[in-house]
Amino acid sequence: MSGAWRSIWPPALTVALALMGWHLLVVVTDARPYLLPSPVDVFTALVAERDTLWAATWRTGVATLSGFMLSAVIGIVGGSVLASFAPLRRGVYPITNLLQMVPLVAIAPLLTIWFGYGTSAVIAAACIVSVFPVIANTVDGLRAVDPKLRELFALYHAGPWATWWRLLLPAATPQILTGLRVAAGLAVIGAVVGEFVSGYMGVRAPIGIVILTGIREARTDLVFAAVLLSAAVGFMLFGLVSGAGHLALRRWHPSALER
Amino acid sequence: MSPSQAPLGVRISDLHRAFGSGSAREVVLDGVHLECRPGELVAIIGPSGCGKTTLLRAVGGLDDVPESGVVFYAEGGAPLERAKAALSVCFQEPRLLPWLTVLDNVGLPASLAGASRADARARARRQLARVGLADDAHKRPHQLSGGMRMRAALARALLDSPRVLLLDEPFGALDELTRAALDDELHRLCAAQPLTVLLVTHSISEAVYLADRVVVLTPTPARVVCEVPIHLPARTPEVRTTLAFAEHVARVHAALERGVAEARR
Repeated sequence: MSGAWRSIWPPALTVALALMGWHLLVVVTDARPYLLPSPVDVFTALVAERDTLWAATWRTGVATLSGFMLSAVIGIVGGSVLASFAPLRRGVYPITNLLQMVPLVAIAPLLTIWFGYGTSAVIAAACIVSVFPVIANTVDGLRAVDPKLRELFALYHAGPWATWWRLLLPAATPQILTGLRVAAGLAVIGAVVGEFVSGYMGVRAPIGIVILTGIREARTDLVFAAVLLSAAVGFMLFGLVSGAGHLALRRWHPSALER
Repeated sequence: MSPSQAPLGVRISDLHRAFGSGSAREVVLDGVHLECRPGELVAIIGPSGCGKTTLLRAVGGLDDVPESGVVFYAEGGAPLERAKAALSVCFQEPRLLPWLTVLDNVGLPASLAGASRADARARARRQLARVGLADDAHKRPHQLSGGMRMRAALARALLDSPRVLLLDEPFGALDELTRAALDDELHRLCAAQPLTVLLVTHSISEAVYLADRVVVLTPTPARVVCEVPIHLPARTPEVRTTLAFAEHVARVHAALERGVAEARR
């Protein structure tokens, strides 16, 4: 208990100090609310606009989670295929690494053309940015499996499917989880950028649209509140992945063994 | 005993093996002849790096090279394909999967061969009892000591009543006392079931203690220097301190030295 407390209070203190500093800055400089709202303004907006914000967070959260899960499946399956077939890997893997460099903002309008305005395009955007770390970590993790254990499986005449499911995948799990944690953070970015370009614009609009509307209407307090909630979506997904990873590894992997 | 469980003989004749090519080509095995009769325990000993492990891997078909020079045969002398030889290998390292319990590690060969989980576990439990790990079945490998891990690996190797067991320095990484205890264990296990064993080791006393016959190799490229038959009254810990045991050790030692001298010429 005291251990948990000891790891919580230093960051909590940092946040409290930052909020006080922020508030002080607003008071001292007498900043206009549309330039820099105070933490109190942001909190007020969070409460006053809770219906809009809750609907936005829900919509963005669902799109983020869908995009993330899609990229987890595509990344693990695709990474496994690339890791298993050397000619394919040599031909395709360098290209996937290059594709990663294409800015999402540049291709987001294309997604609107293909998927129309709405959730599908946003899910696609979240998936596209978050799939690469999953692929890369899956490929590296699978290829790093101890050759001595592979030899053991060959000795037992294990087929490729059994070897993948019972040796390669569990052995690569720690590294795949690293990829998934990175992907969790990227998926939120992808979703919000996707929403900027092709988000649903009716009532119960997603966070990206709330931010655009807030900017247009000089409701900077609302923008701050929305940004805060988009970060919360990311934290939540990251926490989910970390928790699931801990459950998967806690019995055997040095990174998660209870001391 | 049904014929499909009877131990097999292994005949190695004129076995050559080389790695690399051109000027980097290194001959590791240079015409090795040796025979291990059904039910016999033969120890292969030689200076480190002499190709003992390569020899064992060739017998086990672990390297991707077309095989010639290794024949398995049943009691009557009829040759058998390696795939049908019910071959089992215990490596230098335990090679346990860290995410499985000891029980599931030991049952792994059975479950990979298509046995149901319950069946694989029941068989694994029997083997764990034989090596004294019955109470550790639910643990993960990281919770075991080095000696216990090796016992688990041994239990796994014995799971499917193999007809030939290949042991590659199985206790090389253990301390002297644990090693002696495991040697006793191994002797007991091998005596309890009909089994042909090829044991690679660099410990002279281990070879003398366990084997019916010790085959001594030269440094690379490995050839057989000679075979030392072992005649000990009983394989109990007390025998290690007898004169007969010391004489056998001295004989193997002399053969090793002779091999080194031969290789220098």
